[in-house]
Amino acid sequence: MKLIICVVMAFAITASFAQSCELVLQGTIVDTHDDTLLTGATIVLVETDAAVLSDFEGNFEFKNLCTGTYNLQVSHPACTTKVFMITIETNVSKILKLEHHLEELNEILIKGSSYYTKAESVLENRITQETLDNNSNASIGDVLKTISGVTSLNTGNTVVKPVINGLHSSRITLINNGVRQQDQEWGAEHAPNIDLNTAGNITVLKGASALQYSGDALGGVVVAEPRPITLRDTVFGKTIITGQSNGRGGAATSSLTKSYENGWFARFQGTAKRYGDFEAPNYVLSNTGLSEKDFSIHVGLNKIKYGIDVYYSFFQNEIGILRASHLGGAQDQIAAINSDGPLIIRDFTYDIESPRQDVTHHLGKLSGFYNVEEIGTLKFKYDVQQNKRFEFDVRRDSEDDTPSVNLELTTHNLSLSLESDVSENVSLKTGVAGNYQENVADPSTGVRRLIPDYKQYKFAVYGIADVVLSEKWIAEFGARFDYTYMDALKFYRTSFWEERGYDEQFPELVIEDFGSQLLTNPKPEFSNVSATAGFSYRFSEDYVLFANYSLATRAPNPSELFSEGLHHSASRIELGELSFDSEIAQKTTLTFQKKSKRFSFAINAYGSLLRDFIVIEPTEIRQTIRGNFQVWEYRQTNARLLGVDTDARYRYSDALSFTTTFSLVKGYDRSRERALINMPAANLSNSLDYRLPIEKEINVGLESNFVFRQNEFPNNDFEIYLPETDTFETVAISKPPPAYHVLNFNAGTKFKVGDSSTLNLTLKMTNVLNTSYREYLNRLRYYADDLGRNILVQVKINY
Amino acid sequence: MKNLKYIIPTVLLTIFMSSCNGDDDTPEPVNEEEVITTVLVNLISDQGNVTLSSIDLDGDGPNAPVLDVSGNLKSGTAYAGTVQFLNQTETPADDITLEVVEEAEEHQVFYTAGGGLDAMTTYGNFDSDGNPLGTIFTLDTSTASTGTLNVTLRHEPTKPNDGTLANAGGETDVSVTFNLTIED
Repeated sequence: MKLIICVVMAFAITASFAQSCELVLQGTIVDTHDDTLLTGATIVLVETDAAVLSDFEGNFEFKNLCTGTYNLQVSHPACTTKVFMITIETNVSKILKLEHHLEELNEILIKGSSYYTKAESVLENRITQETLDNNSNASIGDVLKTISGVTSLNTGNTVVKPVINGLHSSRITLINNGVRQQDQEWGAEHAPNIDLNTAGNITVLKGASALQYSGDALGGVVVAEPRPITLRDTVFGKTIITGQSNGRGGAATSSLTKSYENGWFARFQGTAKRYGDFEAPNYVLSNTGLSEKDFSIHVGLNKIKYGIDVYYSFFQNEIGILRASHLGGAQDQIAAINSDGPLIIRDFTYDIESPRQDVTHHLGKLSGFYNVEEIGTLKFKYDVQQNKRFEFDVRRDSEDDTPSVNLELTTHNLSLSLESDVSENVSLKTGVAGNYQENVADPSTGVRRLIPDYKQYKFAVYGIADVVLSEKWIAEFGARFDYTYMDALKFYRTSFWEERGYDEQFPELVIEDFGSQLLTNPKPEFSNVSATAGFSYRFSEDYVLFANYSLATRAPNPSELFSEGLHHSASRIELGELSFDSEIAQKTTLTFQKKSKRFSFAINAYGSLLRDFIVIEPTEIRQTIRGNFQVWEYRQTNARLLGVDTDARYRYSDALSFTTTFSLVKGYDRSRERALINMPAANLSNSLDYRLPIEKEINVGLESNFVFRQNEFPNNDFEIYLPETDTFETVAISKPPPAYHVLNFNAGTKFKVGDSSTLNLTLKMTNVLNTSYREYLNRLRYYADDLGRNILVQVKINY
Repeated sequence: MKNLKYIIPTVLLTIFMSSCNGDDDTPEPVNEEEVITTVLVNLISDQGNVTLSSIDLDGDGPNAPVLDVSGNLKSGTAYAGTVQFLNQTETPADDITLEVVEEAEEHQVFYTAGGGLDAMTTYGNFDSDGNPLGTIFTLDTSTASTGTLNVTLRHEPTKPNDGTLANAGGETDVSVTFNLTIED
């Protein structure tokens, strides 16, 4: 009814002024500060409700206007909305100036791109705020898996480490709010200590080409950035509460941001998660509960010319490790592997007992930037992180609650960088960074140190140039130098020291002899060079080709250098090697992307040659008084990785779309001429999203994940003698589990609450068919099935 | 390049003076509390005594356990047996047997004669629930033969169990196999 009246009125008005209503208003929206043309501003002619967007040149146009006075309301995502009053008697052309602020903290809009690019010659895979919100109860590792080519190395379902194109741990750099995360990432059962709810978006770069962050990211770089803060007087926030059936628990996260037009802002965010034992389709996974508490505070001042901000985040979690995975040796391993289910199944409980991990991560950051005219943006950053890690093993005395691992890793980092536009077409990023890290292993554990006490000093310098050759070609070149010096104090078993021949190779390292143990002072030192070169070519509006070559060099981590002893959580003896060199990877990536409303796809193919690649593989069986243990030894080899990731999305209509992703990676050990261990299996994911044809907006989605069986694996099975049956039996640890298929469903709707709040309600069901399966890259696959069906209900309120 | 190792720490230390601790802390060696280095089995009879020992002082280090059997067993004899678990990395040696007895409900020692050894064992002590513990036992030899005797200490086995390792489950804390001879 209202509409009809409006239309009638409009005709009436038009009719009455018909003779003089052919005037044209043209305008250009520019930035007050530097006359930059503003693209994408919304201009509303208040009197007629007509709205247009400014084009790439900042231009807009209204036709068929009558003489009179009009109010133009101009808004732009990064500006304060402004109303201009214009009197029109003839055709006019106006320049409208807006106070243009930085859209994101510390980030200046460059070349019209609303996000600051991290690399020009590789595809930036982005996880949006929406996907993060949908998974707010999950771990960062789980949400990263939504990107093709990213899988995970799991210990159960709560310790999830990202694997990018087959590589993980120290080969992935995680940037959390501008800070390189230092959380003992070397360990296979150490998940990243980041609450994904602190991020507004996450970018994944498959490869080491983002040299401003690191030179050793053979696998890739994950950049988690906070939600942008707009410079307006505003308060906004959100709360997400998720409850789920599997684990009988849930998560709650909330954030509140207050910002002022004068540039000041403050944000507080907190998350809590609590789950009891999770369940496989046929049994309870005893002792797999989780408890997590995180919060972050962010305060700062953001002006056009300069800005400063302080950030602190706290992360603490306690994770139960499947009780049945704690074993005494190869004999127990046989029993566990041969059994259909876990050997210890108890009633559901929220209690988290040994074996378990208790990790606390503090991160503090002070950063600032200053725009120096004609030079560029100068950035300064100091950050400090402390990672406190306890691991509790099952002890002989059940009352004894002393941790078996008690490590405290403190890292200080100082960096200075300059981003400048050398000319209209060339921009340059340069920087230096210094880093000090100290690890302290508490001797009160009564268990020999897994990682020794050490101090590590690092220094880095880098430069990256982006060159816009033409509208179609952008080239990128970069180089980085890293120097690492370590000063470790490591106790070696005398028997190991001699067996390895270290007594002849490094006699000068021994500083004290305790009889059965030797205190040594290794001081490894590494000078590493990394580089990148590449281009992007834009065929047309829709098609882009990215090509990149990167050279990444990684110094061995403390675990690879110093491991020497029984790793309880893996039921194996792990040995490092003191004389390791840095590993060097050369990776070539080609990505072809099409982006359009109806059909989009990306094909990403890569090949990587790795020299002195460090792998851990079984070498022998060791007799101990506890029985036989398998010895896993780190070694350096030459390897090759080849792979392809594809993504495609087809939108049949506004209501229906289909998405498919596929990824495949093949790892080959060129020295031993066989497959590399622990390479993710090929996987195919298909999903359908549909908006129901009813008045209320309800979206439903169905997702199918098919993971193939890994057919390429080295055979590391071994035989042991069983005294009881007087026989030799094979411990079958190599064979990957069969292929599996998991079906997920979701449905969501939205409500408006009040003027400015929305409420999203989502129902999700994962593993709908309650399929029993095991995943090759889950370290607990020998002992238990993966998660069974899970029903989740999520409520999200934006305000 | 060598100079860098001095320049960087100096620069960093100046900046982080407040947060860095003293540099000369030499770490203490760890007293290994959970390790069992030694298993001693004493077999006593009126036909003479036999001692079996397995000693592995470097724990899970590269050296294999050293096994020793003091002599041959006599056929048709009942031996009163005791087993002792020691941690000899500590001085004086820590007697783990005391802990095992104290937490009897969570432990059990299993004796398995194999490879043709004609002998059998009977439990001599029990936990508070009346289930076998086995730090005290009897070994009855029959006819002359050679074979093995395996001593296994399990932590948190299923109790009660049918006496086999497979049925008991739990974690293996000790598994030692001795080669024995029974003579007439």
